[in-house]
Amino acid sequence: MSQDLYTNIAIFVLSLLVGFEVISKIPATLHTPMMSGANAIHGVVVVGAILIALEAQSLLFYVIAFCAAVLGAINVAGGYVVTDRMLTMFSKPKAQNNADNDKGGK
Amino acid sequence: MTPLMSIVSLVYLVSAACYVVGLHMMRTPKTARNGNRLSAVGMVLAVIMTFLVAINKNSATLTGWLLMLVGVVLGVGYGVIKARTVKMTDMPQLVSLFNAVGGGAAAAIGMFDYLSATNGSYLQYSFSIPVVLDLIIGAVTFSGSLIATGKLAGKISGKPISFPGAKLLNAIIVLVMVAAVVLMIGFRTNSWSLVLALVASLVFGILMTIPIGGADMPVVVSLLNAFTGLAVAMAGFVIDNQVLIIAGALVGAAGTILTLQMAAAMNRSVANIIAGGFGTGDSGDSSVADDVPVNVKETSADDIGVQLAYANNVMIVPGYGLAAAQAQHEVAELATLLIEHGINVNYAIHPVAGRMPGHMNVLLAEVNVPYDEMKQLEEANSMFENTDVSLVIGANDVTNPAARKKGTAITGMPILDVDKSKSIVVIKRSMSTGYAGIQNELFSDDKASMFFADAKKGLQEIIASSKEYLDQ
Repeated sequence: MSQDLYTNIAIFVLSLLVGFEVISKIPATLHTPMMSGANAIHGVVVVGAILIALEAQSLLFYVIAFCAAVLGAINVAGGYVVTDRMLTMFSKPKAQNNADNDKGGK
Repeated sequence: MTPLMSIVSLVYLVSAACYVVGLHMMRTPKTARNGNRLSAVGMVLAVIMTFLVAINKNSATLTGWLLMLVGVVLGVGYGVIKARTVKMTDMPQLVSLFNAVGGGAAAAIGMFDYLSATNGSYLQYSFSIPVVLDLIIGAVTFSGSLIATGKLAGKISGKPISFPGAKLLNAIIVLVMVAAVVLMIGFRTNSWSLVLALVASLVFGILMTIPIGGADMPVVVSLLNAFTGLAVAMAGFVIDNQVLIIAGALVGAAGTILTLQMAAAMNRSVANIIAGGFGTGDSGDSSVADDVPVNVKETSADDIGVQLAYANNVMIVPGYGLAAAQAQHEVAELATLLIEHGINVNYAIHPVAGRMPGHMNVLLAEVNVPYDEMKQLEEANSMFENTDVSLVIGANDVTNPAARKKGTAITGMPILDVDKSKSIVVIKRSMSTGYAGIQNELFSDDKASMFFADAKKGLQEIIASSKEYLDQ
């Protein structure tokens, strides 16, 4: 096994452990935004998509790289925006709530 | 390392730290939004660094650059527009769709790198194993999440779909996948092995998700999220990029924890859930079950109005029926009305109520319900004894006292102790059973009365009648 591979495996294992530790304490209230936020983080796959596009030299590879770029970009951009939208709802101050509700209450 | 690559690597590390700290900040509502933004900043940094690498390497053809840029712009545009315009009630399917495309991108990277290897050569295990895992997990998540999206959007039946020979077909597909994996790892590279693995994985993703019924969706959605994380981490091994490995592993772990929590909240194992639903019904279903209990009391909006007007403590118990009827605005309106008249209103939220983890919380947050009024299982259960009226809206199995008995389909599932409150009002369209396919003993409780109505219309009537009595 090469040193590089060993480093990557070590990073992988330690990141898994960090993930377990960071997530295990999230309250149920925030499960959806947390899942959606995690969803956005795996949008980092777009970095991989950009990198492979640079290696493409023929039609098949262009097609695959293009698909990867589109899909990865949807994941990352959509993921962050939708999570932010959800969290806006959670962070509204209470005083404003009642005002909003009064407006809504016909 | 060249100076540029040193900077790039260090900035990648910074962005990885942003994901970890950002996720950490999502533990409380106060810091959650900034946490997500910090994570987004990390992402922007990672993408900028990647472009620097790309420009510096200068290996790409003009076509490669153009296709990549057009692809990214199209993807970002579509993602942002979708995310901005989606209705809150359609949120579960959008999250699932974003998960699907992430898996698809990871699978595409796996395909690209496997095909890039010289045809007919032997691959090193350090390359072939992550490539195969990336491809398989990515493809399974892609098709599986698309099916989940369809189910959540109601385009595919939310009921568990099974057909004769499903188990046999599953077994065959798994065998094909194993064969393809062996071909890809142990033999000379051949694009047909890749096609075989890809097709088998896509079919497996469909077969895995299609028999899973509506109420099990929270488990499946978070499991698929974990899968995508792992696929992305494997893609990181394939292209030797640490930021992909870190982010992917982080999401894999997060998804796993959430999946286990959801499964625990139903007292079922993940394997049991994936193996298929235990009932055929669905709480959104209006078909009337055969064995309707006879001793069920029916009530009117007028009577509920009286009960609420003279209560001190009211507990609202929302379920999928609330989301299906899109009645969250009415719930908030009723709650505001009661609170204005000095009545305490809280919400008892079961972890698996709805179709994704935290589904009810998002719906209620949309209509500005303060998060400290949303009580989690244990806290809610400590409050039912002092609750004058529990208003159950479109929830079923999660309130069924049968869970405390032995030998029922839901035995051992943690439930909301709604039956401990002084009076129970259930708003439901019909007597149809919940997902577990069994009658809810709560409905025939002496203290319980049923109000047969669509959640939205029923609540509007209740608001009107409560107003009358409160204003007297």
